[in-house]
Amino acid sequence: MEPILSTHGLTAHYGDFQALFGVDIDVRQGETIAIIGANGAGKSTLMRAITGLLQNAPDAITLRGEGIGALSAPEVLERGISMVPEGRRLFPSLSVEENLLIGGHTRTGNGVWNLETVYEIVPILKERRDHPGTALSGGQQQMVAIGRALMSNPDVLLCDELSLGLAPVVIKEIYASFPKIKERGASVVVVEQDIGQAMKIADRVYCMMEGRVTLQGRPDELSREDIHNAYFGVAS
Amino acid sequence: MIWIDTLVQGVLLGGLYALFAAGLSLVFGVMRLVNLAHGDLIVLAAFVILSVATALNLNPFVAAVIAIPVMFAVGWVLQTYLLNRVLGDDILPPLLVTFGLSVVIQNGLLELFSADSRKLTAGSIEAESVSLGGVTVGVMPLLTFVSAVLVIFALNQIFYRTKLGRAFRATSDDREAVGLMGIRPNNVFAIATGIAMVVATIAALYLGIRANFDPSIGPARLLYAFEAVIIGGLGSLWGTLAGGVIIGVSQALGAAINPEWQILSGHVAFVVVLLVRPRGLFPRSKD
Ligand SMILES: Nc1ncnc2c1ncn2[C@@H]1O[C@H](COP(=O)(O)OP(=O)(O)OP(=O)(O)O)[C@@H](O)[C@H]1O
Ligand SMILES: [Mg+2]
Repeated sequence: MEPILSTHGLTAHYGDFQALFGVDIDVRQGETIAIIGANGAGKSTLMRAITGLLQNAPDAITLRGEGIGALSAPEVLERGISMVPEGRRLFPSLSVEENLLIGGHTRTGNGVWNLETVYEIVPILKERRDHPGTALSGGQQQMVAIGRALMSNPDVLLCDELSLGLAPVVIKEIYASFPKIKERGASVVVVEQDIGQAMKIADRVYCMMEGRVTLQGRPDELSREDIHNAYFGVAS
Repeated sequence: MIWIDTLVQGVLLGGLYALFAAGLSLVFGVMRLVNLAHGDLIVLAAFVILSVATALNLNPFVAAVIAIPVMFAVGWVLQTYLLNRVLGDDILPPLLVTFGLSVVIQNGLLELFSADSRKLTAGSIEAESVSLGGVTVGVMPLLTFVSAVLVIFALNQIFYRTKLGRAFRATSDDREAVGLMGIRPNNVFAIATGIAMVVATIAALYLGIRANFDPSIGPARLLYAFEAVIIGGLGSLWGTLAGGVIIGVSQALGAAINPEWQILSGHVAFVVVLLVRPRGLFPRSKD
């Protein structure tokens, strides 16, 4: 099957510092991809490049065959990619409900996601709808960030480190909502430092180190040793 | 009784200062930009109203209705082609650019309209007055104050009850993250400055009817506006109204004691409020 989203030799720079050195990934329709890697491997940089927060050559990133590498973030969103950014980035001046609504500010797509369906999978948010978004617990804030990204009914949902700073039970709860998100058809890319979690949910895994993909494959094909080497760069 | 009268006149005068300040407050709230040309843009709006009123032989209230979309466009263009280019992490470039803009507007108006004093004439309404519980107040000052309250109310409704206002607040919170929501900060800023210029035009209408104006008076209006915004607390629109009223009342009380103290009393009140509440009366908690 043709991938819906691909990167082709993607590079990224912060000033003189090169953060990505030719990254190739493919995401197929309905797939869940996990991207793992140590701190500073370039996972967030990859996410930022795909969503248009970092500019690239047009053909370095393709969505359904169209080159989107040079598009701005709003243009990428319009084409159906949304992101739960690293650190959540909720808007402190907005209530929970407004934080959700703003996810569908310019694009509502044609899918099942709207305020009602988001509240259905996370009822507590409905109870807290008028609280400031940033007044919730970390896990609830993360669910607001996920709901916000769903409000545009994306074809590809990117999630950057959902579990960062959250207790294990909370992480479990968040990932428990994934099947419901998946069954509605979107492809999902999760950046995850928790390898066990990544292996559990992903159809395929990419491991990154120092700006390069060092390993890829289905969770059942990858040995612990392969992953360890790809993750920490122990010479094999 | 004389004190009550003074107090009421001061409150009403505060309405005019709040109108000067509301646009400044809005722009600061959305994009953290202090527009040093705000006073001159108000004077520009007064000249636009004057030109329309003269050319079409209209009452200034009607001329203002025509001037409002014109000034919205001026604000939109100004933000899109000038201010958006200098907005960034460094606050100095926008300050310098708006300072330069202030000089350009003053000199441009001087070329076009000369240094002569002008006034908008609204007819008999200017001399009319009504009695409010024993205090006689001019219809124009009363109308100014009511307009100020309505303008602040409307801006608050936009800010907190509309989709546009949601985009204003979110963009002010996190300029990069709104891009992920499909929002283009530059467009949001252009609309905000457009709205600020609509408010500036309403301020110009009352300024021009109630007093003489010429191309040089902008910076002094900016000063009152600035003081009102700071007293109220940065980013709070109702605070801006309160700030305008405090300056107005202080000026009126000062003038009642000694006419020469009017302007000075307003500035003294500003300093006193800042000494007691350095962040103003109603600061936004997150700033
Ligand atoms: N704004 C920036 N300016 C300069 N260098 C940056 C910037 N952002 C990231 N980097 C550098 O780029 C490299 C990749 O960073 P990135 O944030 O993509 O890593 P990551 O895999 O997401 O790590 P983490 O697990 O810590 O989130 C790191 O060496 C980092 O120091
Ligand atoms: Mg990261």
